[in-house]
Amino acid sequence: MTDLTSLTIAEARQGLANKAFTARELTDAHLKAMEAARLLNAYVLETPDRAREMARAADEAIAKGEGGPLAGIPLGIKDLFATRDIRTTACSRILGNFIPSYESTITSQLWRDGAVLLGKLNNDEFAMGSSNETSCFGPVANPWRRAGSNTDLVPGGSSGGSASAVAAMLCMGATATDTGGSIRQPAAFTATVGIKPTYGRCSRWGIVAFASSLDQAGPIARSVRDAAILMRSMAGHDPKDTTSADVPVPDYEAAIGKSVKGMRIGIPREYRLDGMPGEIEKLWSEGAEWLKAAGAELVEVSLPHTKYALPAYYIVAPAEASSNLARYDGVRYGLREPARNIIEMYEKTRAEGFGAEVRRRVMIGTYVLSAGYYDAYYLRAQKVRTLIKKDFEDCFAKGVHAILTPATPSAAFGIGEKGGADPVEMYLNDIFTVTVNMAGLPGIAVPAGRDAQDLPLGLQLIGRPFDEETLFSLGAIIEQAAGRFTPARWW
Amino acid sequence: MNAPAAPHKLIKGATGDWEVVIGMEVHAQVTSNSKLFSGASTEFGGEPNSHVSLVDAAMPGMLPVINEECVRQAVRTGLGLNAKINLRSVFDRKNYFYPDSPQGYQISQYQSPIVGEGEVELELTGGRSVTVGIERLHLEQDAGKLLHDQSPTLSYVDLNRCGVALMEIVSKPDIRDAEQAKAYVTKLRSILRYLGTCDGDMEKGNLRADVNVSVRKPGGPLGTRCEIKNMNSVNFIGQAIEYEARRQIEIIEDGGTIDQETRLFDPNKGETRSMRSKEEAHDYRYFPDPDLLPLEFSQAFVDDLKAHLPELPDQKKSRFITGYGLSPYDASVLVAERESADFYETVLSGLGDRMRDGKLAANWVINELFGRLNKESRDIAASPVSAEQLSAIVDLIGEGTISGKIAKDLFEIVWQEGGDPRALVEARGMKQVTDLGAIEKVVDDIIAANPDKVTQAKAKPQLIGWFVGQVMKSSGGKANPQAVNDLLKSKLGI
Repeated sequence: MTDLTSLTIAEARQGLANKAFTARELTDAHLKAMEAARLLNAYVLETPDRAREMARAADEAIAKGEGGPLAGIPLGIKDLFATRDIRTTACSRILGNFIPSYESTITSQLWRDGAVLLGKLNNDEFAMGSSNETSCFGPVANPWRRAGSNTDLVPGGSSGGSASAVAAMLCMGATATDTGGSIRQPAAFTATVGIKPTYGRCSRWGIVAFASSLDQAGPIARSVRDAAILMRSMAGHDPKDTTSADVPVPDYEAAIGKSVKGMRIGIPREYRLDGMPGEIEKLWSEGAEWLKAAGAELVEVSLPHTKYALPAYYIVAPAEASSNLARYDGVRYGLREPARNIIEMYEKTRAEGFGAEVRRRVMIGTYVLSAGYYDAYYLRAQKVRTLIKKDFEDCFAKGVHAILTPATPSAAFGIGEKGGADPVEMYLNDIFTVTVNMAGLPGIAVPAGRDAQDLPLGLQLIGRPFDEETLFSLGAIIEQAAGRFTPARWW
Repeated sequence: MNAPAAPHKLIKGATGDWEVVIGMEVHAQVTSNSKLFSGASTEFGGEPNSHVSLVDAAMPGMLPVINEECVRQAVRTGLGLNAKINLRSVFDRKNYFYPDSPQGYQISQYQSPIVGEGEVELELTGGRSVTVGIERLHLEQDAGKLLHDQSPTLSYVDLNRCGVALMEIVSKPDIRDAEQAKAYVTKLRSILRYLGTCDGDMEKGNLRADVNVSVRKPGGPLGTRCEIKNMNSVNFIGQAIEYEARRQIEIIEDGGTIDQETRLFDPNKGETRSMRSKEEAHDYRYFPDPDLLPLEFSQAFVDDLKAHLPELPDQKKSRFITGYGLSPYDASVLVAERESADFYETVLSGLGDRMRDGKLAANWVINELFGRLNKESRDIAASPVSAEQLSAIVDLIGEGTISGKIAKDLFEIVWQEGGDPRALVEARGMKQVTDLGAIEKVVDDIIAANPDKVTQAKAKPQLIGWFVGQVMKSSGGKANPQAVNDLLKSKLGI
């Protein structure tokens, strides 16, 4: 038997249906792989008992011909998603040993469709970071290494555990969240596929909030088709989240293999940064050529407010975060530091419970919302946001179906290499991705090539609102042209 | 400033007259089964933390969902205040740390409230009236309650009230003295209770007011204001304003200046004291709540609510005046509480067509019934005399079966013992004597016994009253006064 962990979801689905193997065998293979890969630190909690129980139930359902679309598919869940009776921490000390009495809408939809929970995945604390180094459980290692090097690289962030586990075959797919690039950047760093759907496509209910107007969940998987399969189960309107959209969920998988002939693909000139590495530039042109070869038309487009996106993002996101994180006060759950009075308790609990990056963002956010600064920062950033959104609308109004950009300005970097002295160095990782969150659009990162050190690089496609299908169609073409990339196992 | 037209009380200081300028923020708990953004119950008096949802407790990943009934209630209230209804409004977060606020922020409405400008008409004593402008009304979450008496070292928190919907109703600074302030709160409470949008129970804290007070020379520029927080009694509001105005006048007349600050009223000492200064005020860092879309609804939604509004006190009052011939004073007394007005109308509807005398019924409801209820501190709902019983009593007077004096005795019997008034009159022989022969005999006797009075009466017809009194006295109050009057007139030739 081939190693079951190397299968795609589509292949496993077939194998389970053909009774080539059982869900239990598939799950066990993954549990074994997880045990052997603890060095990567991708999981912060393994749930083997729950996994076997769910796999057994899936086998029964399959036997009765009642298996859902994800029956028996073992998944990892980012630790930002509340899982009932299973510790959920957002990888922050402040949540401590928090065990929710409720299940997030997205994970409950996955379990409804038969998926199996393998465990909770590492992430940057409260999803704040681009390298998974801010987690209270420590950094995650990327299964990819530079050619001939033993240096541990970051898997990107904040969904670093999700990307690393999917790339290292420690789960068949994973949930992730993306506030400024947290799905797409780690996907690009690990040669996996990650899609951030349109804002409102997936429910945010039960996901620990970072920045409510930007947060959106999506899948990370090993193929475009797998991402499409997971998306279908994750998406949908939820009356418990009033920002979720009441729009029907299409069969995303059907978009794969669909002709892209005549589609207009925008190449935004503002994404051509000064000093951009030649290999990124080359990757981008190559991707464009592949789409052209498939019959799409390339058009140069302008998104003039792009350069203001990152600064505006680092006002809006921390502002919302400073308020969203106010509930972690030591009063009702999670960490509480003993103190003589309530103010001291707040101060000690939050100083002890939050890591440095979270504290920094809470302070930035508090500052930009303060009396006398609100207009200059928050209000202005919201105006910029409106302009960024309008840039995209103008572009789509001219008949552009999707926009092609690099996913990241570089390949994965070493753990501890970036952002130590200057946080902006780390923030620049999201330069190509934050605009998409600011505009609420869908964006997909697809592996497209390797850099000079053999590390994977990804391309990003940005779509019209609620047109994830076009992204799957185009993504599948890049995937086919670029081929799939698998890291050599060293762990 | 648009000063109110009605005359108001000025306060005499050492340097002359002072005018008080008052604005109020009233917090009214919305009547609804569940909270503003969660499905938890709003019931009062449950075990601590028994009406708390995951949203109320601000568990990680929880999201607020607007309760449409609370929106309807706010719109109804806006309509009742003749206010502009905003078809688009925005919920904002008011950020502050306190254990009674689990989210670390209160969801409120800051720049775009659901209801804009409106007005309330106040009736003052002596037939004066004044209009107070409404600045805005917005929806917001109530906070939980801290319990400091459960442990020597810890405070406990009860989140049952946390997240319950409040309407904050902000007046314009149009109020000019304590009397107007009291009338404003009373009228507002009456409107809310008519609408059924707030029960107005001030003792439970379901209606409470923050009162902004400043003083100035009449017609001069506005002075610095102080805000007196959390007043939950109409009388305390009056006392607090009187005290606060004098305190400010004394400071200014002594050459000092008023510090803008928040103050608390101490009902035991009858004075206000400083709670926190402007410098200590929180920076609430308001911003639009990204978890909630702007609140939008159609004009048709508003129109539908408007079409189903109950009759409000002002409308009812004019109807009572024009329809039942009541004096404006009697009408306002009856409409102040919906229950009283309903009681009155039930009394009226029970009367036979011929007897339907609005004024007589109003006199009986106001003077006899309310007088008696007040004396025993009873609510109209707990009245021992029902509307039907009172109706029968009035009917008996109207049809001439009993006299007004006997009716008071009858009322007392019904109050004490209950029973059907008509049957009681029968059984206890309280019927008025309408047999003209019997009355005539009494009249004749009295005329015969008082020849000197007869002579006087012929010259001075008002003296007939003395004869009426004598006749009534000797008939034990049961003679029909009209018949007595008619007989006396003809016999005395006046």
